[in-house]
Amino acid sequence: MIPAAFEYVRAGTAAEAISLIGEHGEDAKFLAGGMSLLPLMKLRLATPSVLVDVGRIRDLSYVRDAGDHLAIGALTRHRDLETSDLLARECGVLRAVAAQVGDNQVRHRGTIGGSVAHGDPASDLPAALLALDATFVVQGPGGPRSVAANDFFEGFLETALAPDELLTEIQVRKSGASGFAYEKFNRRAQDWAIVGAVAARVNGGTHVALVNMGATPLRATAVETALTQGASAADAAREAAVGTEPPADLNASPEYRTHLAQVLVRRALEAI
Amino acid sequence: MTVNAGAQDHEVESRTLLVQYLREACGLTGTKVGCDTSSCGACTVLVDGESVKSCTMLAAQADGASITTIEGLADGERWHPVQTAFHENHGLQCGYCTAGMVLAAVSLLDEIPNPSERDVRLGLEGNLCRCTGYHNIVKSVLAAAETMRATK
Repeated sequence: MIPAAFEYVRAGTAAEAISLIGEHGEDAKFLAGGMSLLPLMKLRLATPSVLVDVGRIRDLSYVRDAGDHLAIGALTRHRDLETSDLLARECGVLRAVAAQVGDNQVRHRGTIGGSVAHGDPASDLPAALLALDATFVVQGPGGPRSVAANDFFEGFLETALAPDELLTEIQVRKSGASGFAYEKFNRRAQDWAIVGAVAARVNGGTHVALVNMGATPLRATAVETALTQGASAADAAREAAVGTEPPADLNASPEYRTHLAQVLVRRALEAI
Repeated sequence: MTVNAGAQDHEVESRTLLVQYLREACGLTGTKVGCDTSSCGACTVLVDGESVKSCTMLAAQADGASITTIEGLADGERWHPVQTAFHENHGLQCGYCTAGMVLAAVSLLDEIPNPSERDVRLGLEGNLCRCTGYHNIVKSVLAAAETMRATK
């Protein structure tokens, strides 16, 4: 399978990338690690006329202690997240979730920013970032702006990013080395989650987010509310599918996904 | 780019995948195309020392990088310890997944020199063997790890 023909240009800096994408219009797309975009292009489900390769912008690859939060460059690879000591100490959940993305080969190429910008509800990291109340810094021709994770994921593969905006940084609160769990359910090694549940103690509360239970990653707000009202993990987990619209596909029916969400949220809550 | 320590310079279309570049432009057909959907890992090569599925990377993205394919793994007539271990432990049946398995294993052992059996099984989850010969593959990788530790 070969992608449809396109023009390839490489950006050396974020500013250059934004100027290049502006020059080439709406049919141009950014290419980071390519772990989501290239498979879609090979299936010709995506046919951009221009790819702006941002994969070599080295100064967007970092995990930094920024005082009250951690700052993660958008081009930081999953491999660099899963081996980051700083992340292990200050935000263990993100490191653990990154270690469950795809397989080694995918983690050697895929980036956190690419995963977020792609906006796939079946991806692991977007749900974790939603649970962490992350902030996304995006840069466009008019300068940078910040978008809360809660406002970022708008629909299936749709995000708040304008076509000429580049996600440059992910900011997460420090949530410590422990107090989290990620329950990912799939039937084949390396596959996407049929359903996944992230639970993490953040800022004194318990946050829960779901993978693949709707068109976007979702916060399990009914579970969180039940927990604040003193419900047990088992009782709160029964609320896991409230407000979700789980998809039907070859792997699972909506009813089965609802069941999985309840079981996985219970396991995650019992583990933290 | 550098492929197996030699310079390769070819003009190709933007959409050329790394695996096509290696097989068709460089003539290195040891790298196999299996599923072509980044699931099976048969096309695994090392890019700057790390395992990558070459069916899901553009040749243009590898411009300037150093690539190792199965043809470049041995040191002259001397096999790489992972190759020897696959040979001695019968780590292959039909052989189609082998090039990818061996390179994924080299990358894994570089990251985890002293792996448990579970580390090996998890570390190779991106490589499928249709003969289901996993048992001997895992045995081979563990044996290679031991040899490589002993000779360090």
